[in-house]
Amino acid sequence: MDWLKIASGVFLVAMFFYLLPRAKQMVKDSPKGSVNDWMGYVVPIVVIALFIVLLIALV
Amino acid sequence: MQLNSAVTRSSEAILHTNKLIKNTYMLLSMTLIFSGFTAFLSIAMQVSHGIAFASTLIGIGLLWFVLPRTQNSAAGIPTIFAFTGLLGFGLGPMLTYYLTVNPSIVMVAMGGTGAIFLGLSGYALSTRKNFNFLGGFIAVGILVAIGAMLLNLFLGIPALALAVSAAVIMIMSGFILYQTSAMIHGGETNYISATAGLFLSILNIFTSLLHILGAFGGDD
Repeated sequence: MDWLKIASGVFLVAMFFYLLPRAKQMVKDSPKGSVNDWMGYVVPIVVIALFIVLLIALV
Repeated sequence: MQLNSAVTRSSEAILHTNKLIKNTYMLLSMTLIFSGFTAFLSIAMQVSHGIAFASTLIGIGLLWFVLPRTQNSAAGIPTIFAFTGLLGFGLGPMLTYYLTVNPSIVMVAMGGTGAIFLGLSGYALSTRKNFNFLGGFIAVGILVAIGAMLLNLFLGIPALALAVSAAVIMIMSGFILYQTSAMIHGGETNYISATAGLFLSILNIFTSLLHILGAFGGDD
């Protein structure tokens, strides 16, 4: 394992622990979404997935 | 009288929101152009992976430790340009690799990222839906993605790397909706921090898309 991989690993661990308290706060503060709310997220994600399939076919 | 003051407050809020959105997109476009320029410099200078990694680390350091202290003052502008410029510079070796393998991958990933961002922003701005319920999902998603990346540093499974890239696109797309809706509904009032969040989302979508297109469309 080269030093770049080790440095990347250390960086990812640091990032995890830096973001952990903020993530806990976000989970605590975020309201619960209804099925309708979630559909408003899922539909564009499905469109993006199909768009990426199209991009893969292009290259 | 009460109705008059409510109408005045409401129109002031709308004006503030419009100004915030305008300033955010203006700063975002300038920082994207600047990071494109630094990425070009990095390719032209053929910087090593070590220098690119150090550049990314300094950029993230600015985001974590300097930007929160400067985002409410004029010093926030040079800070965000330094942060975006350093992250752009850090893309050099990766872009050089993909340009060598298949130059069209970089162009398609760039165009695809632009289309995804514009589509999601347009969707959030036109529907004016409140996506603040996505906060918890995004936070957990980012931590899980970091954990999977860390695991794959040791395992080196290509399928896991692709799954992480797909997950990052999904999470960052959610973050664009979350951030745009926060600007509309008052959760975000600072255009510099809004720009930093949107810039990071775009950058992550671009690099993940590059990885997916490289795996399926190139010789990766």
